[in-house]
Amino acid sequence: MTTIFGYPLPVVLGQLVLGFVNGSFYALLSLGLAVIFGLLRVVNFAHGAFYMLGGFVAHLLLIWFGVNYWGALILAPLIVGALGVGVERALLRHLYTLDPLYGLLLTFGLAMMFEGFMQQQFGSSGITYPVPAALTGFYKLGFMVLPIYRAWVIVASLTVCFLVWILIEKTKLGATLRAATENASLTQAFGINVPVMVTLTYGAGVALAALAGVLAAPITQVSPHMGTSLVVVVFAVVVIGGMGSIFGSIISGLMLGFVEGLTKVVYPEASTTVIFVIMAIVLLIRPTGLFGRD
Amino acid sequence: MRLSPSRIVELLLLAFALCVPFLGIYPVFVMKLLCFGIFAAAFNLLLGFSGLLSFGHAAYFGIAAYITAWFRVKTGLSTELAILAGVATSAFAGLVIGTLAIRRQGIYFAMITLALAQCMYFFCLEASFTGGENGIQGVPRGSILGLIGLQSDVTMYFFVLTVAVAVYASIKQIVHSPFGQVLRAIGENEPRAISLGYSVNRYKVLAFVLSASLAGLGGSLKALVLGLATLSDVHQSTSGEVILMTLLGGTGTFLGPFVGAGIVVTLQEYLSDRVGAWVTVVIGAVFVICVLAFRAGIVGEIAKRFGRGATAPSA
Amino acid sequence: MKKLTIEMMLSAAVIALGALASNGAARAANDQVVIGDIDDMSAVYADVIGQGGVEAVKMAIDDFGGSALGKPITFISADHQNKPDIGASKYREWADQSGLTMLLGGSNTGVSLAMAKVAGEKKVPFFAVGAAGSSLTNKDCTPYTVHYSYDTTSLANGTASAMVQAGGKKWFFLTADYAFGTQLQEAATKVVEKSGGTVVGSVRVPLGTTDFSSFLLQAQGSGGDVVGLANAGTDFVNSLKSANEFGISATMKPAALLAFISDIHALGLNTAKGLYLTTGWYWDLNDTTRTFGKRYFAKTGKMPTMNQAGYYSATLTYLNAVKAAGTTESDKVMAELHKAKINDMFAKDGYIRDDGVMVHEMYVMQVKTPEESKAPWDYYKLVKTLPGEEAFGPLSDSTCPLVKK
Repeated sequence: MTTIFGYPLPVVLGQLVLGFVNGSFYALLSLGLAVIFGLLRVVNFAHGAFYMLGGFVAHLLLIWFGVNYWGALILAPLIVGALGVGVERALLRHLYTLDPLYGLLLTFGLAMMFEGFMQQQFGSSGITYPVPAALTGFYKLGFMVLPIYRAWVIVASLTVCFLVWILIEKTKLGATLRAATENASLTQAFGINVPVMVTLTYGAGVALAALAGVLAAPITQVSPHMGTSLVVVVFAVVVIGGMGSIFGSIISGLMLGFVEGLTKVVYPEASTTVIFVIMAIVLLIRPTGLFGRD
Repeated sequence: MRLSPSRIVELLLLAFALCVPFLGIYPVFVMKLLCFGIFAAAFNLLLGFSGLLSFGHAAYFGIAAYITAWFRVKTGLSTELAILAGVATSAFAGLVIGTLAIRRQGIYFAMITLALAQCMYFFCLEASFTGGENGIQGVPRGSILGLIGLQSDVTMYFFVLTVAVAVYASIKQIVHSPFGQVLRAIGENEPRAISLGYSVNRYKVLAFVLSASLAGLGGSLKALVLGLATLSDVHQSTSGEVILMTLLGGTGTFLGPFVGAGIVVTLQEYLSDRVGAWVTVVIGAVFVICVLAFRAGIVGEIAKRFGRGATAPSA
Repeated sequence: MKKLTIEMMLSAAVIALGALASNGAARAANDQVVIGDIDDMSAVYADVIGQGGVEAVKMAIDDFGGSALGKPITFISADHQNKPDIGASKYREWADQSGLTMLLGGSNTGVSLAMAKVAGEKKVPFFAVGAAGSSLTNKDCTPYTVHYSYDTTSLANGTASAMVQAGGKKWFFLTADYAFGTQLQEAATKVVEKSGGTVVGSVRVPLGTTDFSSFLLQAQGSGGDVVGLANAGTDFVNSLKSANEFGISATMKPAALLAFISDIHALGLNTAKGLYLTTGWYWDLNDTTRTFGKRYFAKTGKMPTMNQAGYYSATLTYLNAVKAAGTTESDKVMAELHKAKINDMFAKDGYIRDDGVMVHEMYVMQVKTPEESKAPWDYYKLVKTLPGEEAFGPLSDSTCPLVKK
């Protein structure tokens, strides 16, 4: 059998493919986090909680209203995004004039509330969400068995990431958004309603997290703590990629998925920590991140 | 001798604390509270007086608990030295993480400390001396200088109380020292402090190390009080709790962290039996309300109303 | 500096005072039975015992008549949230303040070890139910610990030997990366090798992993024919789910080292069918188990797990010992417990050994296919019954210092 540094080739390739799946989740989540941070200067600590809510909403849509996976893929991000809009209007809004740290603390509290509430209602052992019928089964790739659903996750997340990137970098709307990020008062002076834009941006970022939650539901158990530690990882991804670069957060999300996959071959116990180590190294060598311009 | 109102409050609290074991209040509970109070006061040294939000302070609290516990259980090192070893380790951890984290500011600083604390958590989970998920159990309390045994809860209580009072006094001392004044200046306006010629980074690292050491002291004591050191001491949620304690009690006040620790520990101990998972919701809600409505915290709000004796202005 | 010195001196004086005062506090003995239950009520193991365990204890107290030694029995319970410090301090507090006479400690080896230390210190009998770690009755044993339901030795003896006999010779372990997982893997490795099998590899998986795919990929690449799941609760459910998703079951047989009927219920028979597992109890073994299962079902709407049944049995066993001893004094009650033969819905001729193990039969089960299952909760078919001595190993293997050699 062919080996790479003593590890069988099929195992390494397989891990890379799986790393790709995880990487596309990271990309989707860090994209939302980066967009919110860019405009609101808030580290949305509740990002993981919204991701979790996305999964739960999909589950509840299914058992209460019989809405299937495809419906949930559209509806759950909308519902959770609306919740995000409410959070921004009612709570976050009051903090913009203060130190950004308060935004972090507020969303941290919110995450606790959401997770505690879901745990109270559904327990914490998790609920199984079925894989949609059209996507069951697997491809035989020779070196591994790839469930069709995982392949779909890669395609779906990358498409969404690409569309958001186009939207921000290539359209007029995106241009205004970037302008507001750079200088809110000047943008306002040009007659653009920045507060509404801020609200919608937060809603959209949260909706992306919820979308990731729906995509993840059939893979992991839907449980109140599925997003708890995710936000730290995703933020590390954003730091590594470099703030201010949407593209950077997508690319570093994918890359770190790969690195994590490789770590699982070499030293599996460290797979949850390797990202933080990389983050520390990047900060030492290039404090602005790989793609960042300070 | 004229006593300021804040001094009167301090003496009254001390008098009450001295009576605790004779009032039928459970001393172990109050000891736990004091350990977290020390932890929160150490954290406040950073947030309240230097404007640095560390989101991973459990790392120092936890590693000191492990080191102290390990030395007591495995080598029978004397209680004082075991505590010292714990504090020294967290000081070192503080030095490493602090040096790395101060390369960025504000939110980046917070998230970097959090990420590095996750690495510490991983280390404690993997390292063989920590006993992994089981932690280190049955830590003997030993004695002070080989003279006074600490097995009895009441004796232990007075020991912990003494340390807590000493920590309280030394934090006051630090804040009022020239060093503390510089820290405050950095917290309020860093560029100004730089232009005044202070080597800001060195001050920040020193503050970080001090805070980490005192947090470690709290952790070491907790390991002795409860007789165990476990993963929950280094966990992210403990880092969150200490922020809440400080915020709730009052950032940048001296008594605030202890008041906040009192409230949070009481909530967890007595509410969790009655309302189960709602306790997380309640604590989260307290967090949100604190941030939105009273950022000065309980002690801060009181001080605002009755003059500013017991407090220093928050950052 | 002067102020500081004064405060220090003041506090030093206080220590001396405290040392004097502390000698006076001894608690008056009381013969009221106070049963405590500290368990995971809200997190990963909440379905294994949790509120269902509270129900089981209440049933046992009612069946005993509600009072012992002429006084009503008090029952208190708390959530340890899987944190050893919470469990231990609650136990200590109850022993100091509430006159606790016996504690049931549920799921989680780490928490149970912390509580066992308190048991030794406070001399209050401690029934560990659901913590698998066998160190509870080996190096960490106390005269007041009773280990109910199962331990890592008996779990490994069941599943591992049955699998090897059924032709699963080459094992790959998926091990939860903490003491429980490694102890379970060690125990199972011994059994596999003793029965003529080999271990071709293992991977340690961080606790609480939700996506096991990359670990299963390694299992698949190992060329083994059995994937041993040395994990529990949510970890177990997730790993089996991923095994199905990646079609592992086509080439390798999954073997559960610790699975509960609640897990199987959550997974569904389609995913779990054919799985081998070891259990200390099952509701559909005989008439007494069925009667208890149905009574419990009527109260809670679920069939009891082996640990919920263990809670019921442990409570009754303790109460009978109190009755026989005529007191709640710990040493006398423990003496009665070590003398007793336990014959109830849980155990047949069970007994508590010197090291604290409650020895009883264990059962190797195979999960039924959906077609074989005739009724709800009809999930297992019996493969093999292991007599207590075979399951728990000889007493001479115990490293507990209390065992006289």
